[in-house]
Amino acid sequence: MSIAFAITMAAILATMALALVRASLGPTVFDRILALNMFGTKTVLLISVIGFMTERPDFLDLALLYALMNFIGIVAVMRFTKYGHFADVDAQEGAR
Amino acid sequence: MDLLFDFLSVICLIGGCCFALIGGIGILRLPDFFSRLHGGGITDTLGAGLIMLGLMLQSIKVGLTHEMSASPWLVTVKLLMILLFLFVTSPTGCHALARAALSDGLEPATVDDEEQPTP
Repeated sequence: MSIAFAITMAAILATMALALVRASLGPTVFDRILALNMFGTKTVLLISVIGFMTERPDFLDLALLYALMNFIGIVAVMRFTKYGHFADVDAQEGAR
Repeated sequence: MDLLFDFLSVICLIGGCCFALIGGIGILRLPDFFSRLHGGGITDTLGAGLIMLGLMLQSIKVGLTHEMSASPWLVTVKLLMILLFLFVTSPTGCHALARAALSDGLEPATVDDEEQPTP
């Protein structure tokens, strides 16, 4: 069974490498964000599989945390690329 | 019974690996941002879902053999929570990304575009 986990880990690592290549190549900033999103999802999977492979399922808490953090991070980065700051849009518009 | 669960979970894990790799190749090779979005976002849910399903089958197997202990079922519930969260957030993130790219002025490549070379 641990061979199957090892194969899964290798495939996930290869996918993360491909996503990193796209993140470094990517012509637009959205390509980079997309590759980052994929990298984060694969990180969650990798942590879960490592937890099962080493028979320490406590790692799943870390995976859950990463899944939560990934989504917030993606939305924050997208907002930053759109507005250039993290402040409230209406407040900024009113101040101008 | 153990063998059945092992068999099913290996099939799910290998299938998830294949979908994850296809998504990775798609995000690298597809010619246009919006098609890359397809490769990155849609296979994300299926690959993650199948791998999580394989891990869940493993934890269910452990839970059925150790009837006294509750912690294998807790592992199953945690995996289910991760799976549900990924299923909700990954398409949401991709949708927001596509809308942001469209409003930023990025045009999807169509068949009429001669400047897009076929790979």
